[in-house]
Amino acid sequence: MTTGKREAGDGKRDKVGSSVDGWVAGARPATATSGTAENPFFEYLLRLADDRLVLGHRLSEWCGHAPILEEDIALANIALDLIGQASLLLKLAGEIEGKGRSEDTLAYFRDAIEFRNAQLVELPNGDFAVTIVRQFLFDAWDVLVLERLTAASNQSLAGIAAKALKEAKYHLRHTAEWVRMLGDGTAESHARAQRALDDLWPYTAELFLRDAIDAEAVASGSGVDVESLRPRWRQTVDQVIGEATLTVPKDGFAPRGGRAGRHTEHLGRMLADMQSLARAHPGAAW
Amino acid sequence: MANDTVSAIGGATSAAETQWDLWEVFTQEGEGAPHEHAGSVHAATAEHAMQNARDVYARRGKVVSLWVVPTGAIIASAPGDAGPLFDPGNDKAYRHPQFYKTPRGVRGL
Repeated sequence: MTTGKREAGDGKRDKVGSSVDGWVAGARPATATSGTAENPFFEYLLRLADDRLVLGHRLSEWCGHAPILEEDIALANIALDLIGQASLLLKLAGEIEGKGRSEDTLAYFRDAIEFRNAQLVELPNGDFAVTIVRQFLFDAWDVLVLERLTAASNQSLAGIAAKALKEAKYHLRHTAEWVRMLGDGTAESHARAQRALDDLWPYTAELFLRDAIDAEAVASGSGVDVESLRPRWRQTVDQVIGEATLTVPKDGFAPRGGRAGRHTEHLGRMLADMQSLARAHPGAAW
Repeated sequence: MANDTVSAIGGATSAAETQWDLWEVFTQEGEGAPHEHAGSVHAATAEHAMQNARDVYARRGKVVSLWVVPTGAIIASAPGDAGPLFDPGNDKAYRHPQFYKTPRGVRGL
């Protein structure tokens, strides 16, 4: 398996240690695994993987509880797609790290502070509208990210992105249609969809924050300048939200920190659930 | 009802208002193959029906094309008409290809 061309950290530590946007400096938790930029590409892959692992697990919580059978299957399908992508990305991350950690080790034996997902994806499912709106906001971003990553200089990452992009396009089609149906549905569904949008909107800002890790990945040809994606994301989001007769919230205070391991209280609980089996029975198989 | 010549499936159903419309799903498993009835899904819109059909019937198979049709748009024969419509074919053996002997030497039939 080809690994990234970029060698870990050599001569880059000083550059990474400073902050591009000012929000990373001092916020980096000291963890033994990924809190430093010792290996920026590993760190970058964790971000991509953890978004998918955490969101996939959140969606899987709907299994058996969705409003109708068809949607139960649809959400489980999306969850499986995301967890499958996470598995591939974590495997690649483990190879890049070179310390013998498998995708399972990375998924089940890191604590919340070592997770690099954006806070948006770890939020509780709420009602169906919250789950759908969160997924839609993520999917619209995800398609743009994956489109860029199909051209990554790291061939493994490019391959994973090409496979994931097909899945993500379908996810977006599914959740966009749901946003339209909820927003342009009954008074109740409209109100719930708008409330979900208002509550989740601040968390979308973090998806477009760029820091030194991103800059490293972009410089190596295997990263995406997320900041530059925002106009196209807004185009998609504005259009669908308009068709749904919903109102795009104003930008204001925006929580941040997930990329540096600072998470909401919800992630720890979710991981306790997600990781309990693997930790109680290490190496268990069936 | 049994005497009706035709009846629309699912038309004017007594389903509660909270129930979405029913759609019939047809899948094609290869270029040139027929679209075959796979089952049905509930959905609020045509696009929604297409997605549900994809998720329920097309994700694991080798499906290359999907049709979804509002169940109410299908005109079906009534069960009571099965006799008049279908029985006459059974007692006329010459209507079946098996009635005819294939001459020896004919290949590729």
